[in-house]
Amino acid sequence: MEKNDIICTGCPKGCRVTVEVENEEIVNIEGYECPTGKKYAIDEYKNPTRILPTTIRVKNGEFPLVPVKTAEPIPKALLIKAMNIIAKKEVKAPVKIGDVLIQDILNTGVNIVATRNIDKKAGV
Amino acid sequence: MKVYNMVVIGAGPAGIAAALEAKKNGIDDILVVERDEYIGGILPQCIHNGFGLEYFGQELTGPEYAFEFIKELKETDIEVLTETMVLDVDKNKVITALNRKDGVIRVKGKTIILAMGCRERTRENIKIPGDRPSGILSAGTAQRYTNIEGYMPGEKVVILGSGDIGLIMARRMKLEGADVKAVLEIMPFSSGLVRNKVQCLDDFDIPLKLQHTITRIEGKERLKRVQVAQVDKDFNVIKGSEEWVNCDTLLLSVGLIPENELTKAMDLKLHPVTGGTFVNENRETNIEGVYAAGNVLHVHDLVDWVSEEAEIAGEAAANYLNDNLTKRKTKIKISPDRNVTYTVPQKIEYEFGDKNFIKIFMRVTKPIENVKVNFKYKDENIVSFPKKIVMPGEMVTANLPTALIKDHMKEIKVSIVKKEGETNGKK
Repeated sequence: MEKNDIICTGCPKGCRVTVEVENEEIVNIEGYECPTGKKYAIDEYKNPTRILPTTIRVKNGEFPLVPVKTAEPIPKALLIKAMNIIAKKEVKAPVKIGDVLIQDILNTGVNIVATRNIDKKAGV
Repeated sequence: MKVYNMVVIGAGPAGIAAALEAKKNGIDDILVVERDEYIGGILPQCIHNGFGLEYFGQELTGPEYAFEFIKELKETDIEVLTETMVLDVDKNKVITALNRKDGVIRVKGKTIILAMGCRERTRENIKIPGDRPSGILSAGTAQRYTNIEGYMPGEKVVILGSGDIGLIMARRMKLEGADVKAVLEIMPFSSGLVRNKVQCLDDFDIPLKLQHTITRIEGKERLKRVQVAQVDKDFNVIKGSEEWVNCDTLLLSVGLIPENELTKAMDLKLHPVTGGTFVNENRETNIEGVYAAGNVLHVHDLVDWVSEEAEIAGEAAANYLNDNLTKRKTKIKISPDRNVTYTVPQKIEYEFGDKNFIKIFMRVTKPIENVKVNFKYKDENIVSFPKKIVMPGEMVTANLPTALIKDHMKEIKVSIVKKEGETNGKK
């Protein structure tokens, strides 16, 4: 039997929930103190996902970077791979908040979107 | 001299929210003065998500949270001066400021909102001995370089302090390719949110060393290595625990200080715990018509509550200008009692009008589970609120119903105690 310790992020208590797994089936969950903790532990065991916030380089912008994020959470295991793709990208100013800058990253169906307006640099 | 109805100092989340709220309450001629080249304060560099759950009911990044307010501000006729540094505010509410275009500017505000925010504590504040090479930055400075200006501060990083900015920057440096050696925390618990500990450290196998600090810094031009040591419960270094860690960058996330130089120059006294000035329920300081809100008043952990607090100040300033306020015959002191380090506000000075409650912000001394927040006049319990858990790193709030506040109450004490008679900090 395999034991997975998961810290619930539902509240400041941070319960340490143990998910016991046999033949890829959850057989027991312990250590949670409320329903949020149980649900969190199941989700986090089955498919941990994260929003990835980072930046993309901007040509001729008032600032050299535009902040971006994955519009939806993506699998945790893909964070570094996604960073490697985003690192190669450069866009041109102006950029508007909400603009899709990379479509369907790593076939997740999730877009990388701008989270700030970046105008053109004055005089460009 | 141009006279404004309101002059707001600082265009961060507090300043913008206060100005907008005054505008919504019918106030014209509002000026907001900002020293940076853009408005939004610290939010544009906080590119991570986790903002707005309380205020907007949805999770936003820092720039997105700022955008909601900036968009609204741009639709009004509120004047904004960026790259303008306020040098002085006097008791007559005359403001002296400076910028490259206009030179020295003097304006008067019938009301003033102090919204200067806070700044990070530095190596000098915590007195780490050793060399003085480059590569030692506050976590927030590193955040600005990395997220706004496009510089990577270094390759091998040690972070001192496990507050949220430290944790967030550990992940950020790691995602940008740095080798993040460890986050060190002198306390026996992380002062950051559980979520940040999990998603910023555990996700990337970055070790969090509790009860550890830095005892020595070495490097000539650039930082070469830091000496890390374990401390006991009194924060004394445990002899023999010292080890050297090679790194070229040290980020400090060791606390925030409200930026109150202008406040002090107005002869307003500062609170020994908050580092901000004293205010009544309207966030009005001891000078009538001068308000303080946001991190300049007390350091918040959620921007959502900065916005809310600034709106209290903005609305109150509007009521003051419209002559809509009546002072109470006797003012009520709000005092921290057991396990409470401070409250904001520290006093109630005005008639309640149509207000049903007064929201009291407070901080607790240590983590405690299953508590009651008690409001008392002498020995008489006014009202209690149960809470599952309270932590020093997370502000506690409670709504004190105005119907329960009686004229004879000159002081209301706020305590946080364990439900079945307090035993100790942890079960």
